Amino acid sequence: MRPFTYTRATDVNSAVQEITRHEKAKFVAGGTNLLDLMKIDVMAPQHLVDITRIALNTIEATADGGLRLGALVTNNDTAYHEQVEKRYPLISHAILAGATGQLRNMATDGGNLLQRTRCYYFYDTQTPCNKREPGSGCSAIKGYNRDLAILGTSEHCIATHPSDMCVALAALEASINVTGPKGERTIPIADFHRLPGDTPHIDTNLQEDEIITSIDLPAKGFAEHYTYLKLRDRASYAFAIVSVAAALDLDGDTIKEARIALGGVAHKPWRKPEAEAMLQGQQATRENFRKVAEAYLEGAKGYGDNDYKIELAKRAIVRALEQAFNKEGAA
Amino acid sequence: MKTDQIGKERNRVDGKAKVTGEAKYAAEFEAENLAYGVVVSSGIAKGKIKSIDASKALALDGVLQVFTHENRPGYMWLDKNYKDDDAPPGSPFRPLYDNEVQFSMQPIALVVAETFELARYAAMLVEVAYETAEHDTDFDANLEQAYEPEEYKASEPPKPRGDVDKALAEASARIEQTYTHPAEHHNPMEMHASTAVWEGDGKLTVYDKIQGVQNSQQYIASAFGMSQDEVRVISPFVGGAFGSGLRPQYQLFLAVLAARELQRSVRVVMTRQQMFSFGHRPKTLQRFKLGADADGKLQALQQEVYGETSRFEDYSEDVVLWPGVLYPCDNTKLTHKLVGLDVYTPLDMRAPGGTTGIYALECAIDELAYEAGVDPLEFRKKNYSEKDQNEDKPFSSKELRECYRQGAEKFGWSKRKMEPRSMKDGHQLIGWGMAQGAWEANQAEASAKAVLSKDGKLTVSSATADIGTGTYTVMTQIAAEALGLSLEDVTFKLGDSDLPKAPLEGGSKTVATVGSAVKKACEQVQEKLLKLAQEQSNSPLAETKLEDVEFSEGRISLKRDASKSMQLQDLLQHSENGSLEGEVSTKPSDESKEYARYAHSAVFAEVKVDEDLGTVKVTRVVTAVAGGRIVNPKTARSQILGGMVWGMGVALHEHTVMDNHLGRFINHDLDKYHVPVNADVQEMEVIFVEEEDEVVNPLGVKGLGEIGVVGVAPAIANAIFHATGKRVRELPITMDKLL
Ligand SMILES: Cc1cc2nc3c(=O)[nH]c(=O)nc-3n(C[C@H](O)[C@H](O)[C@H](O)COP(=O)(O)OP(=O)(O)OC[C@H]3O[C@@H](n4cnc5c(N)ncnc54)[C@H](O)[C@@H]3O)c2cc1C
Ligand code: SF4
Repeated sequence: MRPFTYTRATDVNSAVQEITRHEKAKFVAGGTNLLDLMKIDVMAPQHLVDITRIALNTIEATADGGLRLGALVTNNDTAYHEQVEKRYPLISHAILAGATGQLRNMATDGGNLLQRTRCYYFYDTQTPCNKREPGSGCSAIKGYNRDLAILGTSEHCIATHPSDMCVALAALEASINVTGPKGERTIPIADFHRLPGDTPHIDTNLQEDEIITSIDLPAKGFAEHYTYLKLRDRASYAFAIVSVAAALDLDGDTIKEARIALGGVAHKPWRKPEAEAMLQGQQATRENFRKVAEAYLEGAKGYGDNDYKIELAKRAIVRALEQAFNKEGAA
Repeated sequence: MKTDQIGKERNRVDGKAKVTGEAKYAAEFEAENLAYGVVVSSGIAKGKIKSIDASKALALDGVLQVFTHENRPGYMWLDKNYKDDDAPPGSPFRPLYDNEVQFSMQPIALVVAETFELARYAAMLVEVAYETAEHDTDFDANLEQAYEPEEYKASEPPKPRGDVDKALAEASARIEQTYTHPAEHHNPMEMHASTAVWEGDGKLTVYDKIQGVQNSQQYIASAFGMSQDEVRVISPFVGGAFGSGLRPQYQLFLAVLAARELQRSVRVVMTRQQMFSFGHRPKTLQRFKLGADADGKLQALQQEVYGETSRFEDYSEDVVLWPGVLYPCDNTKLTHKLVGLDVYTPLDMRAPGGTTGIYALECAIDELAYEAGVDPLEFRKKNYSEKDQNEDKPFSSKELRECYRQGAEKFGWSKRKMEPRSMKDGHQLIGWGMAQGAWEANQAEASAKAVLSKDGKLTVSSATADIGTGTYTVMTQIAAEALGLSLEDVTFKLGDSDLPKAPLEGGSKTVATVGSAVKKACEQVQEKLLKLAQEQSNSPLAETKLEDVEFSEGRISLKRDASKSMQLQDLLQHSENGSLEGEVSTKPSDESKEYARYAHSAVFAEVKVDEDLGTVKVTRVVTAVAGGRIVNPKTARSQILGGMVWGMGVALHEHTVMDNHLGRFINHDLDKYHVPVNADVQEMEVIFVEEEDEVVNPLGVKGLGEIGVVGVAPAIANAIFHATGKRVRELPITMDKLL
């Protein structure tokens, strides 16, 4: 780990001031991702602004009937929060499908949004990686890419965003409140993470000097028909190969609204509203689910080792929609 | 036989020390003025180091030195000086020898600083320029170049018997299949570490993570031209090793080098990533041809093995040993060739050769059973070997039939339908599979010393190791049993090169090897006690022989008349120097060598495979083991359970991925290298069947460290076939292969 300086911010404004004042500065919250990356020299901030003492650790109702998750609420406190469990069980399930109890006790909701990819090469400073070192090349494209992206990739990077929570946030159309030197703004989750394009080193549209203050969940929580299906290589402590957050609003067997977000397949949680819309007014049948799945994966591209993910993702979508329909959220 | 300790469930005698943190591991020993070394690993797989610029590192306040091939001291650089007790034929790797890079992540510099953090930071500042050469790490592409080594590290493949081609042609059922086992890394919990304590006058005490302290001692002495008494190696606790600690690893060499040069104590600990920079289980490909006659009897067996090795050593393991042990067959052909690559030399990993060989053999046999239309368990019963055909010797004991019986009954095998895809629960396809396994029950030479002191406390010692297996506990039991003491009155010492000689702890032979020495050393003390007893006036034991007395509850008494007895503690007051000693060396009996000595197992597994998604859950495993006498059912069960979880990892998870473009193992951390987690482990049951063996060794034990592993992966693979109808012949079996 390279030496760095450290200050502790007491409120949002001082945090923003601190981050602007210092060269190559980063916020640190739970530290579960940042510190790991610093130890192996993948990230090397010169200054850390500790934000853990800022009062952003509450969950409160919003004026429009939704729920506001403070950026510093831990993943576990969020998942087990009574209102979240009751009204947004999809969020609870997604969070609990991730990491381990110990990690979730440290990990914050804000940090979760900004966790970095788990691409093998990104973690090994001795290998070329455009995300870690722009212009050095992408080792994964011609190397081992079994876990990597099949949608929205570029010739520069095929990394995935590894978060589970964000997949649920995408399905529920959450929005992210941030504060920077120019004031506050709100970024819809769909616009928060970026595709790699030719700037794979930039993960999100958050500016370096902006702090996430909270995440807003809209009023509609799909608490009845939802599922978070996570496919992974072992039962716990593994990132998703493919995950699906699915939510349905039903009128009998007829679908009024469907939400589908995919994890583990792209540089961001993958939504395709026009494909979701195909289900509107349709019956909840396996055939219809498969049609949407096909549409969702249109344009998907494998890189050899990860070709299987295309079919797997389709089947996962079908399964997730079935489970949501059958109220097997926890299955 | 009546026993007080042997065969009894006992908690680990070192359990408390371990859970309270009192037990110290190699990187936890403190020394005055300790300096910290961090290793710089090569970024390329092959080539030359053009230059190493350590100026930025050295400029930091507190960085003591950066050792490289350029400034290393100039002595003892003959490769033969680097041989250790587990070295395969060839030229051992010599850290910092010259500017050649022979494998990716090769240690190329050691940065030593006042603190660990500083050393780690300074290591990032070392700039290396390479002249890259073309590497080749592609196993599959080099099968054609495979060769038979001049000398096998393991046993030579058994000679061919009969005529395989003819028997295959005549067979009524046959299969021909290829099985692949990936490279795997040991990944014990504890990373490799050495704390070299500078004692002055060129003397060193080294705390090392190793499976045999005397191997490290000998290695250091030889590599650095020191005499054995200038270096003492201590290793009281090992946080798992699984074979990775059989050979001294480079952190030991580098810690010693730095300590000698700086004349100061130095600690070097590998990072988790560096745990992927030395030995591993070799990638292994096996082609099987099997044929059976109309009765379902095996008539032809051909096994063609290709195993990975480095360019500098010929590593091989016993992959082709198993057919001759497990199946009678008159027409066999067994070959084992090596594929040389630009990698570090592979290294024995838990059940080396057995994990790979038995996996493929037992899957191939399952395929043949299906081809012949015979229930897989029935097939094995029909083809039950009564002798070891490799060496044409009878078994010292073999209760494998009883393993079949008890295992099958517990599992409910008789309710199995032969047809694949015949059981289902919702989306889950249910499959039942089985396999059998064997592992060598060897005994080696070892020494031990027992000292019974005036206060009635017994101290027994031998320079063996406890790699988490329970050696401390079991040796304490064996000694306590011999002298009729309680466990609290016995202390067993190990992991110190000053102690009586013992071999590496590996190959499931420690209880047989060291246990036999411990037993005999205690028997010497028994004799001395009896003599002392008889010397007392009016001794109730006068004129008795050793076989007429027993030692129990702190007394020596006449077997046929327990009223004639004496208290050990009273007797000890009369001993000349206040204590009695026994010191012995033991080796296997000539009689035992007339027999093939193996532990056996039968494994039954149930899996659930999602019909659409290919996810696999292992819902139930029953392992029945015939492992001779079980000294401690509790630690024994732990060994087998650990082995079963390990086998599950072999079947479903473990795989070190080689990126052939980079010539580098790429999933080098525990996020990306998967072993099973708790949530993967469901019902697991262990059965020990009765097995008496008078020949195998004086204790009648067989060793349990590896037998628990070998049959599990094939049982799971066979269950997956039964669930899905699909044979996946490349481990690990992940969902992509089942779609
Ligand atoms: C072994 C392991 C397994 C894991 N498994 C999973 C899994 O299965 N699924 C999953 O979803 N996640 C998993 N995680 C990731 C885990 O969820 C994230 O590490 C965690 O959510 C990050 O939160 P943190 O508070 O610790 O962030 P930190 O490490 O403190 O920060 C991460 C990044 O976010 C920035 N940051 C943090 N808070 C703010 C803020 N309020 N405003 C602006 N920037 C901010 C930091 O500057 C830093 O760049 C795993 C992690 C580990 C170590
Ligand atoms: S996929 Fe992205 S993160 Fe992975 S090596 Fe390529 S550029 Fe780096």
